[in-house]
Amino acid sequence: MTAYKLLVYLIAGWSGFFVMALELLGGRALSPYFGSGIYVWGAIIALFMLSLSVGYLIGGWLSAGSPSVQKLSTILLLAVVAALPCVLASQAILEFIFDRVPDPRYGALCASVALFFLPTTVSGAVSPYAVRLLVDDRGTSGQVAGKVFFASTLGSTLGTLLTSFYLVLLFELDQILIGMMVISLAVGVAGLLFQRVRHHDAAAA
Amino acid sequence: MRLPLKSLMALSGLVAAMAGAQEIYQEKSLYRNILVSDDQGMRCMRFGRHNAGRQSCVSLQNPDFMLLDYTKMLLAALYLKPDPTKVLIIGLGGGTMPSALQKIIPAAKIDSVELDPSVVKVAGRFFGFVPGKESAVFIEDGRVFVKRAQKQGKKYDLIILDAFDHVYIPEHLLTTEYLREVRSLLNHDGVLAANTFSSSKLYDSESATYASAFGSYYNLKMNNRVILARNDRLPSMAEITANAGRLDEKLNHFGASKAWLLPLFSTGVQWPATTRILTDQYSPANLLNSEDKPLWRRSFW
Repeated sequence: MTAYKLLVYLIAGWSGFFVMALELLGGRALSPYFGSGIYVWGAIIALFMLSLSVGYLIGGWLSAGSPSVQKLSTILLLAVVAALPCVLASQAILEFIFDRVPDPRYGALCASVALFFLPTTVSGAVSPYAVRLLVDDRGTSGQVAGKVFFASTLGSTLGTLLTSFYLVLLFELDQILIGMMVISLAVGVAGLLFQRVRHHDAAAA
Repeated sequence: MRLPLKSLMALSGLVAAMAGAQEIYQEKSLYRNILVSDDQGMRCMRFGRHNAGRQSCVSLQNPDFMLLDYTKMLLAALYLKPDPTKVLIIGLGGGTMPSALQKIIPAAKIDSVELDPSVVKVAGRFFGFVPGKESAVFIEDGRVFVKRAQKQGKKYDLIILDAFDHVYIPEHLLTTEYLREVRSLLNHDGVLAANTFSSSKLYDSESATYASAFGSYYNLKMNNRVILARNDRLPSMAEITANAGRLDEKLNHFGASKAWLLPLFSTGVQWPATTRILTDQYSPANLLNSEDKPLWRRSFW
Protein backbone atom coordinates (compact mmCIF):
# COMPACT_ATOMS: atom_id res chain seq x y z
CA MET A 1 0.00 0.00 0.00
CA THR A 2 1.40 3.37 -0.94
CA ALA A 3 1.82 6.18 1.57
CA TYR A 4 -0.85 8.05 -0.36
CA LYS A 5 -3.45 5.33 0.16
CA LEU A 6 -2.43 4.88 3.77
CA LEU A 7 -3.00 8.56 4.37
CA VAL A 8 -6.48 8.45 2.83
CA TYR A 9 -7.42 5.44 4.99
CA LEU A 10 -5.96 7.21 8.01
CA ILE A 11 -8.09 10.27 7.35
CA ALA A 12 -11.21 8.09 6.98
CA GLY A 13 -10.37 6.18 10.19
CA TRP A 14 -9.61 9.30 12.20
CA SER A 15 -12.79 10.96 11.02
CA GLY A 16 -14.73 7.92 12.27
CA PHE A 17 -12.95 8.18 15.64
CA PHE A 18 -13.76 11.88 15.86
CA VAL A 19 -17.48 11.43 15.13
CA MET A 20 -18.10 8.77 17.77
CA ALA A 21 -16.01 10.47 20.43
CA LEU A 22 -17.94 13.67 19.73
CA GLU A 23 -21.21 11.75 20.08
CA LEU A 24 -20.26 10.34 23.49
CA LEU A 25 -18.98 13.67 24.75
CA GLY A 26 -22.18 15.22 23.43
CA GLY A 27 -24.24 13.01 25.71
CA ARG A 28 -22.19 14.24 28.63
CA ALA A 29 -22.46 17.88 27.61
CA LEU A 30 -26.25 17.69 27.32
CA SER A 31 -26.96 15.82 30.58
CA PRO A 32 -26.74 18.85 32.92
CA TYR A 33 -29.48 20.51 30.87
CA PHE A 34 -31.66 17.70 29.62
CA GLY A 35 -30.81 14.73 31.84
CA SER A 36 -29.22 11.46 30.85
CA GLY A 37 -32.36 9.48 30.10
CA ILE A 38 -32.95 7.30 27.07
CA TYR A 39 -34.50 10.23 25.20
CA VAL A 40 -31.30 12.27 25.40
CA TRP A 41 -29.36 9.44 23.76
CA GLY A 42 -32.21 8.99 21.30
CA ALA A 43 -31.96 12.65 20.28
CA ILE A 44 -28.19 12.54 19.94
CA ILE A 45 -28.04 9.28 17.99
CA ALA A 46 -30.87 10.36 15.67
CA LEU A 47 -29.11 13.64 14.94
CA PHE A 48 -25.76 11.96 14.29
CA MET A 49 -27.38 9.47 11.91
CA LEU A 50 -29.15 12.28 10.08
CA SER A 51 -25.99 14.38 9.85
CA LEU A 52 -23.92 11.47 8.59
CA SER A 53 -26.50 10.63 5.94
CA VAL A 54 -26.48 14.23 4.70
CA GLY A 55 -22.67 14.24 4.88
CA TYR A 56 -22.44 11.08 2.73
CA LEU A 57 -24.52 12.76 0.03
CA ILE A 58 -22.40 15.89 0.11
CA GLY A 59 -19.15 13.94 0.10
CA GLY A 60 -20.24 11.91 -2.90
CA TRP A 61 -21.32 15.02 -4.70
CA LEU A 62 -18.05 16.85 -3.94
CA SER A 63 -15.96 13.92 -5.14
CA ALA A 64 -17.38 14.22 -8.65
CA GLY A 65 -15.24 17.25 -9.47
CA SER A 66 -11.46 16.95 -9.53
CA PRO A 67 -10.81 15.14 -6.27
CA SER A 68 -7.52 15.38 -4.40
CA VAL A 69 -6.19 14.37 -1.02
CA GLN A 70 -5.69 18.08 -0.44
CA LYS A 71 -9.42 18.71 -0.72
CA LEU A 72 -10.11 15.69 1.49
CA SER A 73 -7.80 17.18 4.11
CA THR A 74 -9.65 20.46 3.79
CA ILE A 75 -12.90 18.64 4.67
CA LEU A 76 -11.22 17.29 7.81
CA LEU A 77 -10.04 20.79 8.71
CA LEU A 78 -13.51 22.20 8.08
CA ALA A 79 -14.90 19.67 10.57
CA VAL A 80 -12.55 21.15 13.18
CA VAL A 81 -13.86 24.64 12.45
CA ALA A 82 -17.45 23.37 12.59
CA ALA A 83 -16.75 21.81 16.01
CA LEU A 84 -15.40 25.06 17.47
CA PRO A 85 -18.78 26.13 18.96
CA CYS A 86 -18.79 22.89 21.00
CA VAL A 87 -15.68 24.14 22.80
CA LEU A 88 -16.20 27.89 22.74
CA ALA A 89 -19.94 28.41 23.16
CA SER A 90 -21.63 25.18 24.27
CA GLN A 91 -22.76 26.62 27.64
CA ALA A 92 -24.35 29.67 26.01
CA ILE A 93 -26.03 27.58 23.30
CA LEU A 94 -27.35 25.00 25.78
CA GLU A 95 -28.59 27.71 28.12
CA PHE A 96 -30.34 29.47 25.20
CA ILE A 97 -32.16 26.31 24.17
CA PHE A 98 -32.98 25.29 27.78
CA ASP A 99 -34.72 28.65 28.25
CA ARG A 100 -36.85 28.27 25.14
CA VAL A 101 -37.70 24.57 24.89
CA PRO A 102 -39.55 23.24 27.95
CA ASP A 103 -39.72 19.58 26.88
CA PRO A 104 -36.29 18.00 27.56
CA ARG A 105 -36.71 15.60 24.63
CA TYR A 106 -37.02 18.37 22.08
CA GLY A 107 -34.51 20.45 24.02
CA ALA A 108 -31.97 17.65 23.64
CA LEU A 109 -32.79 17.35 19.94
CA CYS A 110 -32.45 21.11 19.33
CA ALA A 111 -29.19 21.19 21.27
CA SER A 112 -27.86 18.26 19.25
CA VAL A 113 -28.73 20.05 16.02
CA ALA A 114 -27.14 23.30 17.17
CA LEU A 115 -23.91 21.75 18.42
CA PHE A 116 -23.33 18.64 16.33
CA PHE A 117 -25.11 18.94 12.97
CA LEU A 118 -22.32 20.84 11.20
CA PRO A 119 -19.25 18.97 12.46
CA THR A 120 -20.90 15.57 11.95
CA THR A 121 -22.22 16.41 8.49
CA VAL A 122 -18.80 17.64 7.37
CA SER A 123 -17.17 14.54 8.87
CA GLY A 124 -19.68 12.35 7.03
CA ALA A 125 -18.43 13.72 3.71
CA VAL A 126 -15.01 12.16 4.31
CA SER A 127 -15.81 8.49 3.60
CA PRO A 128 -17.43 8.72 0.14
CA TYR A 129 -14.78 11.22 -0.87
CA ALA A 130 -12.07 8.82 0.28
CA VAL A 131 -13.65 6.03 -1.78
CA ARG A 132 -13.41 8.19 -4.89
CA LEU A 133 -9.72 8.92 -4.24
CA LEU A 134 -8.85 5.25 -3.79
CA VAL A 135 -10.83 3.66 -6.60
CA ASP A 136 -8.71 3.30 -9.70
CA ASP A 137 -10.91 0.95 -11.65
CA ARG A 138 -14.52 -0.09 -11.58
CA GLY A 139 -13.75 -3.76 -10.89
CA THR A 140 -12.28 -3.08 -7.43
CA SER A 141 -14.60 -0.23 -6.45
CA GLY A 142 -16.69 -2.41 -4.13
CA GLN A 143 -13.55 -3.76 -2.50
CA VAL A 144 -12.23 -0.25 -1.95
CA ALA A 145 -15.56 0.94 -0.55
CA GLY A 146 -15.48 -2.03 1.84
CA LYS A 147 -12.00 -1.11 3.03
CA VAL A 148 -12.95 2.55 3.56
CA PHE A 149 -16.03 1.58 5.56
CA PHE A 150 -13.80 -0.81 7.51
CA ALA A 151 -11.26 1.91 8.33
CA SER A 152 -13.90 4.47 9.19
CA THR A 153 -15.99 2.15 11.35
CA LEU A 154 -12.95 0.69 13.09
CA GLY A 155 -11.98 4.28 13.88
CA SER A 156 -15.46 4.81 15.30
CA THR A 157 -15.08 1.70 17.44
CA LEU A 158 -11.81 2.97 18.88
CA GLY A 159 -13.27 6.43 19.40
CA THR A 160 -16.20 4.97 21.33
CA LEU A 161 -14.14 2.63 23.49
CA LEU A 162 -11.21 4.89 24.28
CA THR A 163 -13.47 7.82 25.12
CA SER A 164 -15.94 6.00 27.32
CA PHE A 165 -13.47 3.65 29.04
CA TYR A 166 -10.40 5.79 29.54
CA LEU A 167 -10.39 9.36 28.26
CA VAL A 168 -13.25 10.51 30.54
CA LEU A 169 -11.29 9.16 33.53
CA LEU A 170 -8.23 11.15 32.65
CA PHE A 171 -9.43 14.40 31.15
CA GLU A 172 -12.17 16.98 31.22
CA LEU A 173 -14.67 16.93 28.35
CA ASP A 174 -13.27 20.08 26.75
CA GLN A 175 -9.72 18.78 27.05
CA ILE A 176 -10.68 15.63 25.14
CA LEU A 177 -12.46 17.66 22.48
CA ILE A 178 -9.56 20.09 22.06
CA GLY A 179 -7.12 17.19 21.94
CA MET A 180 -9.11 15.59 19.13
CA MET A 181 -9.30 18.86 17.24
CA VAL A 182 -5.53 19.22 17.48
CA ILE A 183 -5.08 15.71 16.06
CA SER A 184 -7.54 16.51 13.24
CA LEU A 185 -5.55 19.66 12.56
CA ALA A 186 -2.30 17.70 12.44
CA VAL A 187 -3.72 15.00 10.15
CA GLY A 188 -5.35 17.64 7.92
CA VAL A 189 -2.18 19.70 7.61
CA ALA A 190 -0.19 16.53 6.91
CA GLY A 191 -2.65 15.83 4.08
CA LEU A 192 -2.18 19.31 2.65
CA LEU A 193 1.62 19.03 2.79
CA PHE A 194 1.60 15.51 1.39
CA GLN A 195 0.05 16.83 -1.77
CA ARG A 196 2.91 19.30 -2.18
CA VAL A 197 5.57 16.62 -1.66
CA ARG A 198 3.94 14.54 -4.38
CA HIS A 199 4.06 17.50 -6.75
CA HIS A 200 7.75 18.00 -5.97
CA ASP A 201 8.43 14.34 -6.71
CA ALA A 202 6.53 14.59 -9.94
CA ALA A 203 8.52 17.69 -10.91
CA ALA A 204 11.85 16.00 -10.06
CA ALA A 205 10.96 12.93 -12.09
CA MET B 1 -10.37 -13.60 49.12
CA ARG B 2 -12.67 -10.91 47.88
CA LEU B 3 -14.31 -12.77 45.04
CA PRO B 4 -15.27 -15.98 46.84
CA LEU B 5 -16.71 -14.00 49.73
CA LYS B 6 -18.71 -11.84 47.36
CA SER B 7 -20.10 -14.77 45.45
CA LEU B 8 -20.94 -16.48 48.73
CA MET B 9 -22.85 -13.40 49.80
CA ALA B 10 -24.60 -13.24 46.46
CA LEU B 11 -25.46 -16.92 46.78
CA SER B 12 -26.81 -16.54 50.29
CA GLY B 13 -28.83 -13.55 49.11
CA LEU B 14 -30.28 -15.67 46.37
CA VAL B 15 -31.04 -18.55 48.72
CA ALA B 16 -32.70 -16.18 51.19
CA ALA B 17 -34.67 -14.65 48.35
CA MET B 18 -35.84 -18.05 47.21
CA ALA B 19 -36.56 -19.38 50.70
CA GLY B 20 -38.27 -16.51 52.48
CA ALA B 21 -38.95 -13.65 50.16
CA GLN B 22 -42.06 -13.63 48.09
CA GLU B 23 -41.97 -11.62 44.92
CA ILE B 24 -45.18 -9.72 44.53
CA TYR B 25 -44.42 -7.49 41.58
CA GLN B 26 -41.90 -7.12 38.80
CA GLU B 27 -41.75 -4.64 35.97
CA LYS B 28 -39.24 -3.78 33.28
CA SER B 29 -39.63 -0.05 33.20
CA LEU B 30 -38.02 2.33 30.74
CA TYR B 31 -34.99 2.63 33.00
CA ARG B 32 -34.65 -0.55 35.00
CA ASN B 33 -36.09 -3.73 36.34
CA ILE B 34 -38.27 -2.92 39.37
CA LEU B 35 -38.79 -5.68 41.91
CA VAL B 36 -41.14 -5.65 44.89
CA SER B 37 -40.98 -8.48 47.39
CA ASP B 38 -42.30 -9.29 50.84
CA ASP B 39 -40.01 -10.89 53.39
CA GLN B 40 -40.36 -11.24 57.17
CA GLY B 41 -43.03 -8.60 57.51
CA MET B 42 -41.13 -6.21 55.29
CA ARG B 43 -41.93 -5.00 51.77
CA CYS B 44 -38.95 -3.83 49.73
CA MET B 45 -38.32 -2.25 46.35
CA ARG B 46 -35.18 -3.23 44.48
CA PHE B 47 -33.76 -2.24 41.13
CA GLY B 48 -32.13 -4.82 38.92
CA ARG B 49 -31.82 -8.17 40.68
CA HIS B 50 -33.18 -9.87 43.78
CA ASN B 51 -29.91 -9.55 45.67
CA ALA B 52 -29.48 -5.90 44.71
CA GLY B 53 -29.49 -3.21 47.41
CA ARG B 54 -32.85 -2.20 48.82
CA GLN B 55 -34.07 1.12 47.45
CA SER B 56 -37.01 1.35 49.83
CA CYS B 57 -38.56 -0.84 52.51
CA VAL B 58 -41.74 -0.52 54.48
CA SER B 59 -42.97 -2.50 57.48
CA LEU B 60 -46.21 -4.30 56.68
CA GLN B 61 -47.38 -4.07 60.32
CA ASN B 62 -46.53 -0.41 60.87
CA PRO B 63 -46.00 1.44 57.57
CA ASP B 64 -44.83 4.60 59.38
CA PHE B 65 -41.94 2.83 61.07
CA MET B 66 -38.75 3.38 59.08
CA LEU B 67 -36.73 0.24 58.50
CA LEU B 68 -33.67 1.50 56.66
CA ASP B 69 -31.04 3.45 58.56
CA TYR B 70 -30.51 6.02 55.84
CA THR B 71 -34.13 7.18 55.96
CA LYS B 72 -33.82 7.87 59.68
CA MET B 73 -30.54 9.66 59.05
CA LEU B 74 -32.24 11.84 56.42
CA LEU B 75 -34.91 12.73 58.99
CA ALA B 76 -32.10 14.17 61.11
CA ALA B 77 -32.17 17.10 58.65
CA LEU B 78 -35.04 18.35 60.84
CA TYR B 79 -32.51 18.85 63.67
CA LEU B 80 -30.94 21.59 61.52
CA LYS B 81 -34.31 23.18 60.72
CA PRO B 82 -37.28 21.75 62.61
CA ASP B 83 -40.16 23.22 60.61
CA PRO B 84 -39.52 23.19 56.85
CA THR B 85 -42.69 24.12 54.97
CA LYS B 86 -41.31 23.92 51.43
CA VAL B 87 -39.58 20.63 50.74
CA LEU B 88 -37.95 19.23 47.60
CA ILE B 89 -37.14 15.52 47.31
CA ILE B 90 -35.13 14.28 44.33
CA GLY B 91 -35.63 10.53 43.93
CA LEU B 92 -38.91 9.06 45.17
CA GLY B 93 -38.31 5.32 45.69
CA GLY B 94 -41.23 3.96 47.69
CA GLY B 95 -42.11 7.46 48.87
CA THR B 96 -40.84 6.82 52.42
CA MET B 97 -39.46 10.33 52.89
CA PRO B 98 -42.38 12.38 51.52
CA SER B 99 -44.88 10.16 53.38
CA ALA B 100 -43.07 10.59 56.71
CA LEU B 101 -42.41 14.31 56.29
CA GLN B 102 -46.03 14.96 55.34
CA LYS B 103 -47.13 13.31 58.59
CA ILE B 104 -44.52 15.10 60.71
CA ILE B 105 -45.28 18.49 59.13
CA PRO B 106 -48.86 18.34 57.79
CA ALA B 107 -48.66 21.87 56.33
CA ALA B 108 -45.53 21.09 54.31
CA LYS B 109 -45.65 21.52 50.55
CA ILE B 110 -43.53 18.71 49.22
CA ASP B 111 -42.30 18.52 45.65
CA SER B 112 -41.03 15.03 44.80
CA VAL B 113 -39.10 14.51 41.58
CA GLU B 114 -38.80 11.04 40.06
CA LEU B 115 -37.50 10.17 36.61
CA ASP B 116 -39.21 6.83 36.24
CA PRO B 117 -43.03 6.94 35.99
CA SER B 118 -43.14 3.24 36.90
CA VAL B 119 -41.49 3.97 40.26
CA VAL B 120 -44.21 6.52 41.01
CA LYS B 121 -46.85 3.94 40.12
CA VAL B 122 -45.22 1.23 42.26
CA ALA B 123 -44.85 3.65 45.21
CA GLY B 124 -48.57 4.33 45.07
CA ARG B 125 -49.69 0.76 44.50
CA PHE B 126 -47.41 -1.18 46.85
CA PHE B 127 -46.00 1.37 49.33
CA GLY B 128 -49.10 3.39 50.07
CA PHE B 129 -47.60 6.63 48.82
CA VAL B 130 -50.20 9.35 48.29
CA PRO B 131 -48.95 12.91 47.82
CA GLY B 132 -50.48 15.40 50.28
CA LYS B 133 -52.99 18.01 49.21
CA GLU B 134 -50.39 20.73 48.64
CA SER B 135 -47.73 18.32 47.44
CA ALA B 136 -46.86 17.15 43.97
CA VAL B 137 -44.84 14.55 42.11
CA PHE B 138 -42.90 15.62 39.02
CA ILE B 139 -41.88 12.93 36.55
CA GLU B 140 -38.66 14.48 35.38
CA ASP B 141 -34.90 14.24 35.53
CA GLY B 142 -33.70 15.74 38.84
CA ARG B 143 -31.11 17.95 37.21
CA VAL B 144 -33.59 19.31 34.67
CA PHE B 145 -36.09 20.04 37.47
CA VAL B 146 -33.46 21.86 39.54
CA LYS B 147 -32.27 23.99 36.61
CA ARG B 148 -35.85 24.87 35.72
CA ALA B 149 -36.74 25.65 39.36
CA GLN B 150 -33.70 27.91 39.54
CA LYS B 151 -34.97 29.92 36.55
CA GLN B 152 -38.44 30.11 38.11
CA GLY B 153 -37.01 31.39 41.38
CA LYS B 154 -38.40 28.50 43.46
CA LYS B 155 -37.08 28.27 47.01
CA TYR B 156 -37.12 25.44 49.53
CA ASP B 157 -36.49 25.04 53.26
CA LEU B 158 -35.31 21.46 52.88
CA ILE B 159 -33.90 19.61 49.89
CA ILE B 160 -33.31 15.86 50.06
CA LEU B 161 -31.08 14.26 47.42
CA ASP B 162 -31.91 10.58 47.15
CA ALA B 163 -31.75 9.73 43.45
CA PHE B 164 -30.27 6.32 42.71
CA ASP B 165 -30.29 4.01 39.75
CA HIS B 166 -29.48 0.30 39.99
CA VAL B 167 -25.76 1.06 40.32
CA TYR B 168 -25.40 4.36 42.11
CA ILE B 169 -26.26 8.04 41.87
CA PRO B 170 -26.41 9.16 38.22
CA GLU B 171 -23.24 10.99 37.24
CA HIS B 172 -24.82 14.33 36.38
CA LEU B 173 -26.32 14.42 39.90
CA LEU B 174 -22.93 14.23 41.60
CA THR B 175 -21.12 17.28 40.26
CA THR B 176 -20.22 20.50 42.03
CA GLU B 177 -22.25 22.49 39.46
CA TYR B 178 -25.36 20.46 40.31
CA LEU B 179 -24.82 20.92 44.04
CA ARG B 180 -24.42 24.67 43.55
CA GLU B 181 -27.67 24.75 41.60
CA VAL B 182 -29.33 22.83 44.44
CA ARG B 183 -27.91 25.26 46.98
CA SER B 184 -29.29 28.21 45.01
CA LEU B 185 -32.79 26.76 45.57
CA LEU B 186 -32.39 26.87 49.37
CA ASN B 187 -33.88 29.63 51.45
CA HIS B 188 -31.51 31.58 53.69
CA ASP B 189 -31.55 28.93 56.42
CA GLY B 190 -32.55 26.06 54.12
CA VAL B 191 -31.10 22.60 54.71
CA LEU B 192 -29.61 20.02 52.39
CA ALA B 193 -29.74 16.29 53.17
CA ALA B 194 -28.00 13.93 50.75
CA ASN B 195 -27.92 10.15 50.81
CA THR B 196 -24.71 8.50 49.53
CA PHE B 197 -22.85 5.22 50.12
CA SER B 198 -20.17 4.76 52.76
CA SER B 199 -18.32 1.98 51.00
CA SER B 200 -18.26 3.80 47.69
CA LYS B 201 -14.89 4.29 45.96
CA LEU B 202 -16.20 7.77 45.34
CA TYR B 203 -16.35 8.55 49.06
CA ASP B 204 -13.45 11.02 49.05
CA SER B 205 -14.48 12.63 45.77
CA GLU B 206 -18.00 13.10 47.08
CA SER B 207 -16.72 14.52 50.39
CA ALA B 208 -14.61 17.07 48.53
CA THR B 209 -17.33 17.90 46.01
CA TYR B 210 -19.95 18.55 48.72
CA ALA B 211 -17.45 20.72 50.60
CA SER B 212 -16.78 22.68 47.40
CA ALA B 213 -20.46 23.52 47.07
CA PHE B 214 -21.63 23.76 50.70
CA GLY B 215 -18.57 24.40 52.85
CA SER B 216 -18.68 22.50 56.12
CA TYR B 217 -21.32 19.87 56.80
CA TYR B 218 -22.33 17.14 59.21
CA ASN B 219 -21.44 13.65 58.12
CA LEU B 220 -23.59 10.77 59.41
CA LYS B 221 -22.07 7.43 58.59
CA MET B 222 -23.49 3.94 58.80
CA ASN B 223 -23.84 1.64 55.78
CA ASN B 224 -24.95 4.77 54.04
CA ARG B 225 -23.48 8.20 54.54
CA VAL B 226 -25.86 11.13 54.92
CA ILE B 227 -24.55 14.66 54.43
CA LEU B 228 -26.38 17.47 56.22
CA ALA B 229 -25.62 21.10 55.45
CA ARG B 230 -27.33 24.43 55.92
CA ASN B 231 -27.22 27.37 53.52
CA ASP B 232 -26.32 30.15 55.97
CA ARG B 233 -24.07 28.42 58.50
CA LEU B 234 -23.66 25.06 60.16
CA PRO B 235 -25.64 25.06 63.43
CA SER B 236 -23.76 24.07 66.56
CA MET B 237 -24.24 20.71 68.24
CA ALA B 238 -25.94 22.58 71.09
CA GLU B 239 -28.64 23.87 68.73
CA ILE B 240 -28.97 20.49 67.10
CA THR B 241 -29.29 18.73 70.44
CA ALA B 242 -31.96 21.20 71.55
CA ASN B 243 -33.96 20.69 68.33
CA ALA B 244 -33.52 16.93 68.61
CA GLY B 245 -35.01 17.03 72.10
CA ARG B 246 -38.08 18.93 70.93
CA LEU B 247 -38.62 16.61 67.96
CA ASP B 248 -37.89 13.32 69.67
CA GLU B 249 -41.42 12.29 70.53
CA LYS B 250 -42.64 12.96 66.98
CA LEU B 251 -39.73 11.20 65.33
CA ASN B 252 -39.86 8.16 67.62
CA HIS B 253 -43.09 7.21 65.91
CA PHE B 254 -41.08 6.80 62.69
CA GLY B 255 -38.32 4.78 64.33
CA ALA B 256 -35.84 7.66 64.60
CA SER B 257 -34.51 8.73 67.99
CA LYS B 258 -32.05 11.36 69.14
CA ALA B 259 -30.25 8.71 71.19
CA TRP B 260 -29.39 6.87 67.98
CA LEU B 261 -28.96 9.83 65.65
CA LEU B 262 -27.01 12.41 67.70
CA PRO B 263 -23.86 10.27 68.20
CA LEU B 264 -23.66 9.88 64.41
CA PHE B 265 -23.15 13.61 63.84
CA SER B 266 -19.57 14.35 62.86
CA THR B 267 -17.73 17.18 61.15
CA GLY B 268 -14.45 15.33 60.97
CA VAL B 269 -14.59 14.18 57.36
CA GLN B 270 -11.23 14.24 55.67
CA TRP B 271 -9.97 13.41 52.24
CA PRO B 272 -6.53 13.33 50.60
CA ALA B 273 -5.35 16.67 49.23
CA THR B 274 -5.09 15.15 45.76
CA THR B 275 -8.81 14.26 45.64
CA ARG B 276 -10.34 15.44 42.39
CA ILE B 277 -13.66 17.28 42.65
CA LEU B 278 -16.43 15.95 40.42
CA THR B 279 -17.56 18.50 37.83
CA ASP B 280 -19.74 18.55 34.73
CA GLN B 281 -16.47 18.42 32.80
CA TYR B 282 -15.11 15.55 34.86
CA SER B 283 -17.48 13.08 36.45
CA PRO B 284 -16.62 9.50 35.53
CA ALA B 285 -18.39 8.63 38.76
CA ASN B 286 -19.71 5.21 37.88
CA LEU B 287 -16.41 4.14 36.38
CA LEU B 288 -14.54 5.25 39.49
CA ASN B 289 -17.10 3.59 41.69
CA SER B 290 -16.72 0.18 40.08
CA GLU B 291 -12.96 0.02 40.47
CA ASP B 292 -10.80 -1.07 43.38
CA LYS B 293 -8.19 1.52 42.66
CA PRO B 294 -8.32 4.53 40.40
CA LEU B 295 -8.21 3.44 36.79
CA TRP B 296 -5.63 6.03 35.81
CA ARG B 297 -3.14 4.45 38.17
CA ARG B 298 -3.60 1.04 36.59
CA SER B 299 -2.06 -0.01 33.35
CA PHE B 300 -4.56 -0.06 30.55
CA TRP B 301 -3.94 -3.71 29.63
